[in-house]
Order: sequence, then structure tokens, then C-alpha cells
Amino acid sequence: MKLSLLGLAALAVLPLSAAAQKSTAEGIAEYRAMLADGNPAELYEAKGEALWKQARGPKNASLEKCDLGKGPGVVKGAFVELPRFFADTQRVQDLESRLLSCMEQLQGFDAAEIAKTNFGVGEQKTIESLVAYISGESRGMSFNLPQAHAKEKLMYEVGKKVFYLRGGPYDFSCASCHGEDNKRVRLQDLPNLTKQPSASLGFGAWPAYRVSSGDLWSMQRRLNDCYRQQRFPFPGYASDATIALGVYMGVNSKGGASTAPALKR
Amino acid sequence: MSDPMRIRAQAQGEKTTVRVLVSHEMESGQRKDAAGKIVPAWFIQNISATHNGKTVMSAQWGTAVSKNPFVQFSFKGGKAGDKIAVSWVDNRGDKRTDEAVIA
Repeated sequence: MKLSLLGLAALAVLPLSAAAQKSTAEGIAEYRAMLADGNPAELYEAKGEALWKQARGPKNASLEKCDLGKGPGVVKGAFVELPRFFADTQRVQDLESRLLSCMEQLQGFDAAEIAKTNFGVGEQKTIESLVAYISGESRGMSFNLPQAHAKEKLMYEVGKKVFYLRGGPYDFSCASCHGEDNKRVRLQDLPNLTKQPSASLGFGAWPAYRVSSGDLWSMQRRLNDCYRQQRFPFPGYASDATIALGVYMGVNSKGGASTAPALKR
Repeated sequence: MSDPMRIRAQAQGEKTTVRVLVSHEMESGQRKDAAGKIVPAWFIQNISATHNGKTVMSAQWGTAVSKNPFVQFSFKGGKAGDKIAVSWVDNRGDKRTDEAVIA
């Protein structure tokens, strides 16, 4: 009797699996809300602000003259307009590649050397704190990437191509996971990065503190991990391909709010 | 050298709620590095908080506490403008104290 009752209970549960899925997503949202109160990204923001103002490197200079697109030293609002075209380097640059330029020009660091360094080590650690501080200064502001320059338009088209490029042993592309609504991997909802409002929910949450690794991840590190999951070769740090993806996702996020540096599981 | 804690304290009626974000590696001593060698344990052993010099919270921690831990506690009394100080000592003997004012 007990057994048949259990069977009935199991049958009754089956049609509800869709509802159970929903509550899983809610459960994760609740977990994030609990953690958000003490988001360790704040520690990186404080560290990043100090590093921005501190005289460092072979030239013993601070980054306070670094132009992030809104003029030398202007941090507030710069993040939601990146990646953008910079006349001095004649390149479209995202936050990390721009920081590399500034660290080379102003402080005398070797940008190529930093780009080769592993994540979470040496000057890469410095960049992680800097991106937390710089993105935090634009928290709540809306994405508004410039698309006036021909190179910015070109990078958007390149980013779109890269986003839909299928390859690797899994024959995967970014779009395999992030090109449709209502997809998920295990228990994580996957944002559709091709349109609003989901694009800014995904793109606008990075840099973020990743609880599972206890580190602050920049967008560059996030993209690197996306490619690892697709079993692609790792993209070069601050390479044009990764910047183009940033332009594509950033332009798609237009009007959406940046929540970075956010908190991830 | 350790990084500063982020301390927020808020008084509401009788109760004061204190939220502290601590910057610490909290190495469990169970992880191995790339070379296969055990990363030595490094964690906060004692943490305490004082309100105007009087201890209102003290705890002993071990290796099971996460990296960059978050602590929240509340106590009776305390009003806006009072001083809260939080201190920790880790197993290497490093220590740190940070202060905040109740809002």
C-alpha cells in the first residue's frame, strides 16, 4: 500500500517538473541575494581604487592620467562605453586592453608580458582589482557603446561572425548556448546575448566575483573560460577576437544597466 | 600585508547590526599547487568585535571558513556615532584591526 502511494506521488510530481525548474532558478537567485549583501568584489574595488592612484612600475607613475575614453583620468561612466575606438593606439579596445596600453605608456610595464601572464598572478592580479574599481564606478548606468567610427562598426560585424563561428571538437559556437532564450547548462540559466534585455543581464554582470574560484574575473577571463568549455584553443589575452566579441555583446546590451562587479556562484 | 576589512554597522532601535567583509586567503591546507605540493594552511583563528571598547562578539575560526569571509552579527545597545572595531589574528600570527562608526 505504501509503495503504490509512493508511485502515485511520483506520478503526481512529473507534470510539475517545469515548475520545479523555475524554483531552482529562484533558489539560485535567492542564494545570490544572500551573498550580494557581502559581495567580496567590494574588497577588489577598494584595492583597485588604491592601485589606480598609486605610483607604480618602472616609470613610477599612477594611472590617473589614463584615458578610458572620456578623457584622461575620467573613470565614472567609462565602463559602459567600452569597448570603443582610441585614436592614440588606432585600435578598438576593451577595458583590459586599454589598461594594458596605459600600464605600458604611463607606468612602463611590458604589456605583452602581462598579457602572457596566467590569470590571478602578478600584474594580472592588479588588472583584476582595477577592472572591479572601474566597472564599479559605472554601476547602474546604461550601456551606450559608440558605433560612429568605421572601426567600431567593423568590430561589431567581426564580433558577430566570431559569436556564430562553429568549431572545435564539439562543433560549438558562442551562439550554441547564448543565441536562444530559455537555455541552461546544468542549473544555470544562460542569457541570450543577441538581444535585450537578456544581453545586458549577461554581459553587464562581468567583471564579477566568482565564489567557486574565490577570484574576481574580468570579461577577458570569462571569455577565456567560455572557450575552454567549448574546447577551443584559448584566445589571446586582449586579442582583437575577444574585443570584437565585447563590442558585439556590448552593442547588443544598449540601454541595459551594468551591475558589475557582480557576484557569481 | 593584509587588506582592510569593509565594516558596515547600522543601529535600528535597540538592535545594532554589523556586517563585515574580511579580506583573507583562508587557505585550508588541503589544496595542492601546480607542482603537487600542499599549500600550507593559512586561516583566521580568532575574530572579535568591540563596541566602544567592550567585546560584543568573538569567535574561533578554522579552515572550513571560506576565502574572503562575510560575517554578520547583531547586539543590543549601540547608537549612531558609536565606534565598532573588528580584529582578527591568523595562524601565522598576522593581525589586523579596522574601525567603523555606527550609522
